Amino acid sequence: MPLASIFGLAWHSVLNRKTAAMLTIFAIALSVCLFLGVEKARKAARAGFDNTISGTDLIVGAPSGQVNLLLYAVFRLGNATAEMSWDAYQTVAARPDIAWAVPVSLGDSHRGYRVMGTSTAYFDHYRFGQGRALELAEGERFDDLFDAVIGADVAKTLGYTIGTPLILTHGLGASGLSDHDNRPFRVAGILKPTGTPVDQTVHISLEGITAIHIGWETGARNPLADNISEEMIRTFDLTPKTVTAAFVGLENRATVLRTRRAINTNRSEPLLAIIPGLALAELWGVVGTAELILLAVSAFVVIVGLVSILTSLLTSLNERRREMSILRATGAGPGTIFTLMAVEAAGLGLAGALLGAGLTQLIFWLGAPFLAAEFGISLIRTGLGLIDLYTIGAVTLAAFLLGCGPAYAASHRSLADGLTIKM
Amino acid sequence: MTAPLVDIKGLSFAWTKADPLLSIDQFTLAPGERLFLRGPSGSGKSTFLGLVCGVLDPQSGALNVAGQDLTRLARHKRDQLRADKMGVIFQMLNLVPYLTVLQNVTLACRFSRPRRARVEAAGGAAQEATRLLAHLGLDDKNLLARKATDLSVGQQQRVAAARALIGAPDLIIADEPTSAVDADNRDRFIDLLLAEATASGAGLIFVSHDGDLAHHFDRAVDLAAINAARQEHLA
Repeated sequence: MPLASIFGLAWHSVLNRKTAAMLTIFAIALSVCLFLGVEKARKAARAGFDNTISGTDLIVGAPSGQVNLLLYAVFRLGNATAEMSWDAYQTVAARPDIAWAVPVSLGDSHRGYRVMGTSTAYFDHYRFGQGRALELAEGERFDDLFDAVIGADVAKTLGYTIGTPLILTHGLGASGLSDHDNRPFRVAGILKPTGTPVDQTVHISLEGITAIHIGWETGARNPLADNISEEMIRTFDLTPKTVTAAFVGLENRATVLRTRRAINTNRSEPLLAIIPGLALAELWGVVGTAELILLAVSAFVVIVGLVSILTSLLTSLNERRREMSILRATGAGPGTIFTLMAVEAAGLGLAGALLGAGLTQLIFWLGAPFLAAEFGISLIRTGLGLIDLYTIGAVTLAAFLLGCGPAYAASHRSLADGLTIKM
Repeated sequence: MTAPLVDIKGLSFAWTKADPLLSIDQFTLAPGERLFLRGPSGSGKSTFLGLVCGVLDPQSGALNVAGQDLTRLARHKRDQLRADKMGVIFQMLNLVPYLTVLQNVTLACRFSRPRRARVEAAGGAAQEATRLLAHLGLDDKNLLARKATDLSVGQQQRVAAARALIGAPDLIIADEPTSAVDADNRDRFIDLLLAEATASGAGLIFVSHDGDLAHHFDRAVDLAAINAARQEHLA
């Protein structure tokens, strides 16, 4: 019998049991969606993290832990438990083996987006992806004390353009009582998209950070400070007393271990210098086991989904004995009966896997802005890929193999039944 | 002399060795002959048809159908012979529920290239199915696209007859096809079936336990009379 005819029969047979078939397909689709979602989110998160920083040899901050320092300094996740003094930063920056150093100061926010104080050197030295530099889509770097350069997502989500005023919030809470509304900033520049947490960051100068905290020395707003005019503030020495961390580039990358050791053993103030790549490796080491468990669980869910095909076929075997007898009477051999049922199983698996892969794409497409805004995770390169093809192929093959059991039972029983069914 | 369409010699069959069901010394069906095979329930009528169709294997004897010795044919070749040269009608539930009337009628053409070729030569599957159904009293053009399960029992039996007849097979086997049909429709169905079988030159084995139907056919045979196994059993 031509295979096309078997496919046709299998198609009509599945349509005849469309409610059960759709439930089976849906169960497989959900399990495949979970599996692909976990795998793609894992890879996207890794790729996103790996792409966030490049060209920076060391990150220096107050002692905490290298993963913690990496997370808050680079990925804006969590908070610094301590800061490094400006003097310590200057000492580090002045070392002869250091080519450049960029201080960063974190802690404030704007409508949920992190505010980062830094110097204009940040735009010269910060690299992401394969050594790509930050580029301005519009405007210019901050020049005035109250200028801000915003990431692409901030501009897109909040609808900001050059000149838009913005009020920063003290800390990471919601806008309201802790707003620095007496010191408004304006958008001076908008960065091109990078697919990194930079896109969700409001960049201002370190002096700007100091300026907005005049009157906040106790941690709460002193109303008297509102009387200090902007003109008067511009006359103050706005050099920061502390910074959160510093990105460092070396004259010679071969000295990275020696420089790190020298900074970590600094006697005047305890400091922690980390190598971003090693810190990321430690991070992946920590989460690797959890990832593996999650992947294993989702793989088991796929197996459960596939078992639903087996259940569906086995429960239909008895009610389909008459159908098999008719097919046998019209000339179908046991091989045709076997192929028909196995093709049905493979078809259900294929349909479920395709739907699952499509569902994953849809969820990622819909969820990407949320993940980027809330967690700074960019779901880059999560389109259909080899993993989707392998998964679809593996699920279809597994469904076919699982279907071989009921298919053999049906063909064997059709031989015993002949033209009449013996119950 | 024309070779018989079905030729059985010394055939025996048993589901278990201790209880032989069929032992037929001699049985023939001439090409185009319309035979009524009578027998009570449990006498082995359906088993006999299973043997003639090639879905069951006899323990011994010779069984020739359409010039082929079924006892020497591999199973897949017997399946192919059935697809090419036979049409089968069951007692009831004759149709594949998920196929339309047209798909059910042309089902055997999916399994047999010669049969498909004969149908194409006769004008194509849809035309031939329409013609056969019309001859069998189902001349509603919209019927072809309807699901088999939407039909009445009588309509289903006629669709099954059209399926058995399509592609002009040499042998039609009908296993009590009128047992679920009322008396009026029963006679009409048999007349139509016989007319179509005669028109296509097909031999027919019509099995029933109802001896009143025998007058429709060229010849009537009582299975018990030719089945030595049952005679011994009864003795």
